[in-house]
Amino acid sequence: MSITVSNISKSYKSVKALENISFNVKEGELFGLIGPDGAGKTTLFRILTTLLIANEGSATVADFDVVIDYKKIRNNVGYMPGKFSLYQDLTIEENLNFFATIFGTTIEENYDLIKEIYVQIEPFKNRRAGKLSGGMKQKLALCCALIHKPKVLFLDEPTTGVDPVSRKEFWDMLKRLQQKGITILVSTPYMDEAALCDRIALIQDGKILQIDTPQAIVKHYPKPIFNVRANNTYQLINSLKAYEHNHSVYPFGEFVHYTDKRADFEREDLIQYLESENLSDIEIEKTLPTIEDTFMELAK
Amino acid sequence: MNKKNVIEAQNLTKMFGDFTAVNAISFDVKKGEIFGFLGANGAGKTTAMKMLIGISKPTSGAAKVAGFDVFTNAEDIKKNIGYMSQKFALYDDLTVKENITFFGGIYGLSRKSIKEKSAVLIEELGLEKVASKLVGSLPLGWKQKLSFSVSLLHDPKIVFLDEPTGGVDPITRRQFWEMIYKAANQGTTVFVTTHYMDEAEYCDRVSIMVNGKIEALDTPKKLKQQFNVANMNDVFLKLARG
Repeated sequence: MSITVSNISKSYKSVKALENISFNVKEGELFGLIGPDGAGKTTLFRILTTLLIANEGSATVADFDVVIDYKKIRNNVGYMPGKFSLYQDLTIEENLNFFATIFGTTIEENYDLIKEIYVQIEPFKNRRAGKLSGGMKQKLALCCALIHKPKVLFLDEPTTGVDPVSRKEFWDMLKRLQQKGITILVSTPYMDEAALCDRIALIQDGKILQIDTPQAIVKHYPKPIFNVRANNTYQLINSLKAYEHNHSVYPFGEFVHYTDKRADFEREDLIQYLESENLSDIEIEKTLPTIEDTFMELAK
Repeated sequence: MNKKNVIEAQNLTKMFGDFTAVNAISFDVKKGEIFGFLGANGAGKTTAMKMLIGISKPTSGAAKVAGFDVFTNAEDIKKNIGYMSQKFALYDDLTVKENITFFGGIYGLSRKSIKEKSAVLIEELGLEKVASKLVGSLPLGWKQKLSFSVSLLHDPKIVFLDEPTGGVDPITRRQFWEMIYKAANQGTTVFVTTHYMDEAEYCDRVSIMVNGKIEALDTPKKLKQQFNVANMNDVFLKLARG
């Protein structure tokens, strides 16, 4: 196992940031922590990267205990925090050199690992980090986290606030790093990125809601889901919420996702009801649940 | 200005030195419309929005917002719009009530009106129990919902939302959009940027900026037809990859 987490809890004063968290990440796995702001993702990252000590429980990273062997862990992991934390007044090249030196290595020694990412920012290598665009900062931070060839890579919300194109490029990059044998623990608030991980943990309010492969998580969704559409979406949402048999009603792209309390859902009943609410152009079609549907069902 | 339009922009342009951040964009937004303003990081969205809300003077072109000219009546624009962004929303070290009172005062509402609106707002958002707590202690999702309500305090004609739902949990994100639908249904125009492509589908019309230009503008349905793809994410990927 690359990462083991056993019954970890952490509180800040009266706030329980993590409550009895346990999971394992296998070697070479791309494991996602999926949850919104305030779920406890960053606290967990800080515990696993030995920057914070848990109140209860134990954890290992690359077979080292996070408390006893913290120095060894630091040599074996790369950490890209959610907040940009490189030296703003050093250039790209200086930052990278600095981190390589700290870890007793050189840019040349592990160049093959970062090459693909570094060539994209190399034309600007004399520019100060503080003057880079968001996308370039992100690439530099990833290079710095990789320069000592870590066994395990921790990425805390690397794609938050990043547009869909750059997000896709970033995930393509992660997949290629994984193929080089690096274990990756990545957190994200974007549910659509969950599908790109080998396994995921859904996390909210310091608790893990579920751990499994993305495929298995959607498979275990307990109810049939229907795409509903009508001429006025706002009114449709209100009407569905007022419908006595509704179990859940969530806007979902161009449709509203609807689940029914009854075991045998009567489609015609619902159409009649919506028509009586003065809605028209009504469409109801069965659809497949997504990770986000599962998350909302579990978090309800 | 066409009566139904609350935003009209013609060849609106902003240059910083030699760099053209916004390149002759033209579009109209109607009253009560939910208008999605999309683009990759660095495409020029924020610069364009700053011109529309009257805090950055365009280099050339023309635009009217809520009936006022962005060149000559920027101050009137500010009084007639609401604005919220993810980065700056409310004062963390004021309570919920204090924030409402403060912003109500800024917008020139009477004490009586602030008191009434404050009570309604707190009840609608279910914030009775935390009304006297510091905003900094609230979960992000609550803050964002409160911030949106505060931006509507003075009944603006248009509200500008800059990535209002980033990092918010999926249930709260939907509650937020239901608030947007409600505001639009009551006639407020909503101008919104987002990186969540499912949220692009909630908009009446969507524009996509690429390198300073608006490269696409239509209803989500028509954009999907035009690019022959299943969802807005694919529209975005096709366009913004250039």
